[in-house]
Amino acid sequence: MKMIKAAHIFFDYIRRDENDNIEEVNEALSDLNLEIEKGSFVCILGHNGSGKSTFAKLINGLQCPKDGTILVGGMDTQDESKLLKVRETAGMVFQNPDNQIIANVVEEDVGFGPENIGVPTDEIWKRVDASLKAVGMQAYRLKSPNRLSGGQKQRVAIAGVMAMKPECIILDEPTAMLDPNGRKEVLKTAHELNKREGITIVHITHYMEEAVEADRIIVMDKGRAVMDGTPREIFSRVDELKALKLCVPQITELSYELKKAGVNLPEGILTREEFVAHILPMMKEAARKRQ
Amino acid sequence: MAAIIKVDNLTHIYQAGTVMQSYAIKDISFEIEEGSFVGLIGHTGSGKSTLIQHLNGLIKPSSGTVFFKGEDIFAESYSLKQLRSRVGLVFQYPEYQLFEEDVIRDVMYGPKNMGFSDEEAREKAIEALKLAGMNEVFYERSPFELSGGQKRRAAIAGVLSMEPEVLILDEPTAGLDPKGRDEILDTIDKLHREKGITIVLVSHSMDDIAKYADKLLVLDKGELKYNDVPKAVFREYKELEKIGLSAPQLTYLAADLIKQGVDIDPEIGTVEEAKNEILRLLKGE
Repeated sequence: MKMIKAAHIFFDYIRRDENDNIEEVNEALSDLNLEIEKGSFVCILGHNGSGKSTFAKLINGLQCPKDGTILVGGMDTQDESKLLKVRETAGMVFQNPDNQIIANVVEEDVGFGPENIGVPTDEIWKRVDASLKAVGMQAYRLKSPNRLSGGQKQRVAIAGVMAMKPECIILDEPTAMLDPNGRKEVLKTAHELNKREGITIVHITHYMEEAVEADRIIVMDKGRAVMDGTPREIFSRVDELKALKLCVPQITELSYELKKAGVNLPEGILTREEFVAHILPMMKEAARKRQ
Repeated sequence: MAAIIKVDNLTHIYQAGTVMQSYAIKDISFEIEEGSFVGLIGHTGSGKSTLIQHLNGLIKPSSGTVFFKGEDIFAESYSLKQLRSRVGLVFQYPEYQLFEEDVIRDVMYGPKNMGFSDEEAREKAIEALKLAGMNEVFYERSPFELSGGQKRRAAIAGVLSMEPEVLILDEPTAGLDPKGRDEILDTIDKLHREKGITIVLVSHSMDDIAKYADKLLVLDKGELKYNDVPKAVFREYKELEKIGLSAPQLTYLAADLIKQGVDIDPEIGTVEEAKNEILRLLKGE
């Protein structure tokens, strides 16, 4: 089952002067073809301007492609009669936690979405309960969002999306403005929603470490998907990533550098545990020879 | 080496005298040597931003003081206006503070305020934009048309145009992609090495700081927890975790290997250091 299906997508940002004449055209997406499986956790990587956020905005119909079609749960995002349903199906969380919270009390913020689409009151409260529980923020239910940390605010924003009962959540650099603890909290929440509730997660980030645990990584450059595979496959291609101005997790880079220096390590080591498991026997062997 | 900035028993209390009274920073003392590169680290809410705003006199302490080149900056007769061009402060998300029609005018604003003529200000602005690594084609563009990384360069240039001796940057890489991050950090490093500007870099990324800083200040709940060379601080990674921070990833690798009985340097912080150390061990030297 496909959650998202994008075929031959083109999108331009057009700059016009005062007389509405076109001054500059920036091609943001150029023949993008992507399919995202239902229930998967997909990371989209790419440097600024690679088209990742534009793609995110196309998924829930905030922008329409110039050419090509994008289907969300089988619905065409350009079909206006389906737009509301598309947005309920694919919810979005943005980068800045302070820009997406609107109410004075956490529970009201979470209930805002369902209230807007006319969900009956007792059902709203049920959803608020369930969503806050899903992101681990029940204890803050009656608190003011102002007093929350960045990571907590992002979790409230995710709860707000959850209350719409989405099938898919798109996180557009949700951790970029957070400190390390906040980052961990948000990432853990996203993985839990994926595992426990079966929600498809599209996580857009430029922190490579955050992509290690994804089912699949898509690397974007110049408006196209240029690499696509499991984290291990993607991170074994260190040179290509560097050419795209991306970096790999430090442990992967270390393995890569050692391999270049002649150490016999496999490609695409992602975790410290793996690295230790491979390097330790070699070190013991070296120590034995020395004696 | 001489201390360019000396912080002496600095305390700042928010909402003093009310029930909400809380210490933002509490009895902090340290010195920053001229020409050094200092990393200031702390969890959100640890008092980093409050502390740096004291360093160029933007806020006044509840008690204690700050010396710049031996002079008390909070003394009655001291010119804070002059100090602010000598100790430049780049705030978090400085691009929100760009306001002029084009980049060059935005950067000229500082020197013009200091009393330089248009022509002199322009010269200083161009020099600063070059130092900040800004491409010439952007000089006449509106700041709002620039990318995140370019905006940040423009904002940094705005401070550099006043030719500060100390440059304090509050999370200069927040929200940038890896390329933007590396470019900004390399620019800062270059300013330090080539221009001899004293740098105070506020960050919560240990991996960034491990590469550049020669001294680390770690704040926790308004108190100065460590003031030492990076390696010595990273060695305390268990303590760092307790206060919501972490050591560079490779320091953890060294710790893992030590646990397995490997005789590796526990103070590894960067990929380069780890590589050399592991190769040394494998060659059995």
